[in-house]
Amino acid sequence: MSRLAEKFAELKKNGRKGLITFITAGDPGLDATSDLVVALAEAGADVVELGVPFSDPLADGPTIQQASGRALAQGVTLKKILSTVKSLRRRTEIPLVLMSYYNPIFSYGLEKFVVDAAAVGVDGVIVPDLPLEESLSLRNLSAGKLAVVPLAAPTTADARLQEIVAAGSGFLYYVTVTGITGTRRSLPPELSASLDRVKKIAGGLPLAAGFGISTPEQARLVGRHSDAIIVGSALVEIISGSGTTAAGLEKLSKFVLSLRQSLDGLSGSE
Amino acid sequence: MTKANFTVPDERGYFGDFGGRFVPETLITALEELNAAWVKYRQDADFQAELEGWLKEYCGRPTPLYRARKLEAALKIKEVYLKREDLAHTGAHKINNTIGQALLAVRMGKKRLIAETGAGQHGVATATAAALFGLSCEVYMGEKDIERQAMNVYRMELLGARVIPVSSGSRTLKDATNEAIRDWVTNVADTHYIIGSVVGPHPYPAMVRDFQRIIGVEARRQILAERKVLPDVVFACVGGGSNAIGIFHPFLEDEVKLIGVEAAGSGIASGAHSAPLSAGRPGVLHGSMSYLLQTEDGQIEEAHSISAGLDYPGVGPEHSFLKDQGRARYISVTDNEALEALRLLCRTEGIIPALESAHAVAGVMLEAAALKDKIVVINLSGRGDKDVATLANLEAGEGE
Repeated sequence: MSRLAEKFAELKKNGRKGLITFITAGDPGLDATSDLVVALAEAGADVVELGVPFSDPLADGPTIQQASGRALAQGVTLKKILSTVKSLRRRTEIPLVLMSYYNPIFSYGLEKFVVDAAAVGVDGVIVPDLPLEESLSLRNLSAGKLAVVPLAAPTTADARLQEIVAAGSGFLYYVTVTGITGTRRSLPPELSASLDRVKKIAGGLPLAAGFGISTPEQARLVGRHSDAIIVGSALVEIISGSGTTAAGLEKLSKFVLSLRQSLDGLSGSE
Repeated sequence: MTKANFTVPDERGYFGDFGGRFVPETLITALEELNAAWVKYRQDADFQAELEGWLKEYCGRPTPLYRARKLEAALKIKEVYLKREDLAHTGAHKINNTIGQALLAVRMGKKRLIAETGAGQHGVATATAAALFGLSCEVYMGEKDIERQAMNVYRMELLGARVIPVSSGSRTLKDATNEAIRDWVTNVADTHYIIGSVVGPHPYPAMVRDFQRIIGVEARRQILAERKVLPDVVFACVGGGSNAIGIFHPFLEDEVKLIGVEAAGSGIASGAHSAPLSAGRPGVLHGSMSYLLQTEDGQIEEAHSISAGLDYPGVGPEHSFLKDQGRARYISVTDNEALEALRLLCRTEGIIPALESAHAVAGVMLEAAALKDKIVVINLSGRGDKDVATLANLEAGEGE
């Protein structure tokens, strides 16, 4: 069983909700990325998403756009990220998922990407600009090697969602808001009902929900109706504000721990 | 020439290997709805009659096909005709597309239009359509373009649109497009995104082409009426490529050479250019697979051109297809060559072309030796009023 599948099986067995944390790889630098992943794992994250920086991140808000820009200014590339993952695998077994726009992967070569990513210990890939119809090649090449995590949105109709779920692997990434990434003061009022509907269709594919979640309260709200929550921009903001000094890492760990405790407060309550 | 299958795109929006729909899942439903509306109304007699009425009475179509005898003499070419899109309302071909898409938006019940703009011509054309049909309008424009196209910014505001400055990346058309897509992802329920060129996810490249085909349909009819023969060659400038596809498409099945002229900026070898068909490789930007300026690692490179409307690292997927099929040929001219062509057209014909359109004229100048006995049509896609500040700065030695 893959690290990702094992993790979700373990969460289910223990009646716990998953915490998926996103950081942009190479922000502020690739060495820092390794330390950050280890810190996230120790603070209670179940899965880490590593954002591959892209020049034109059209599904992202200002926070992740800027992180992407900082990483690119450091000369970060997909190739360098893969080699960072390789060395990181000596330090942690936490499931790692790459989040990359399609062009860096296409440019790297789809087949080579799948082989290299699986070899260094990447567990899955999320491609925000590769909808169902365009993802067939990547899915075929990835079968048995990498999970290709599909996305669904509030605008996705049920019939289409069924097809997305059938083609997906790893988990289903449900985008909680009609919009781009970034922290939000409030989440849509209909979110709980939407998540319940999506959860039914997702069946055995774990449901993770992200976009806009930045507080323990929001984590609890979303966690109650999903298998896992995804937090990104809020972490990226902490990293860009406090850096990766001991104090910065501690601030990050405290925040992740607060999310963890918020989710664990839900255990056994259903 | 090779006879290829030009009944493209397929139902997934592919022109051969190019096109498709590479967008966040949030937009798929809206693109499906748009596609359904386009498929319905492109064959709907009432819609087409209404569109035709606006194009005729409001936009001033058909635009003239003007024989430029002084330019012929200067270039030693048998016959040169200018398709005068610069005489269309708002001063460029862009209005053909925005009127068409705004009519679609009204039928789809959308209340708000958004657009990206480079030179400002598409922004002005969108603001115009919004004013005409009573829709609200916001236009994303790079800060660098706002500086160099101040007049068009003011025109958009006069027309009631809000111009939103974009400060990310190269602060030009590419980044304005990113912001427009982000807006659409967020406001997709009540908003229609009018893409200004034959780029973006399916159905945009094919839909915008259909709205711009009128240029070639008219030109073909006009030259047959005047000369009883088809032209030997048609030239058009290519940024995203909507004016070029518009004039090329009705000639695809004819024995007519089609030449697209990209912006070589400071020269292809300098790396500072906007010529993905000449010097790029396939990749995905703004929703479709096409030739693209990109680094070895698949990051999009900044384009460079004196012409804000051509300053874009991508190109419409149908152009990539026509290039690979060998049906159209793509060349490039530098900033300086375009400026020389602009001045030539001013002095010989009394026409100030847009810097974009000057690239098409420069393409003809570059190939003039091979055109001595030919009948040439140039798509003069827009007028140059918007560029006079740029030109004046250049003359004063303050140009970039």
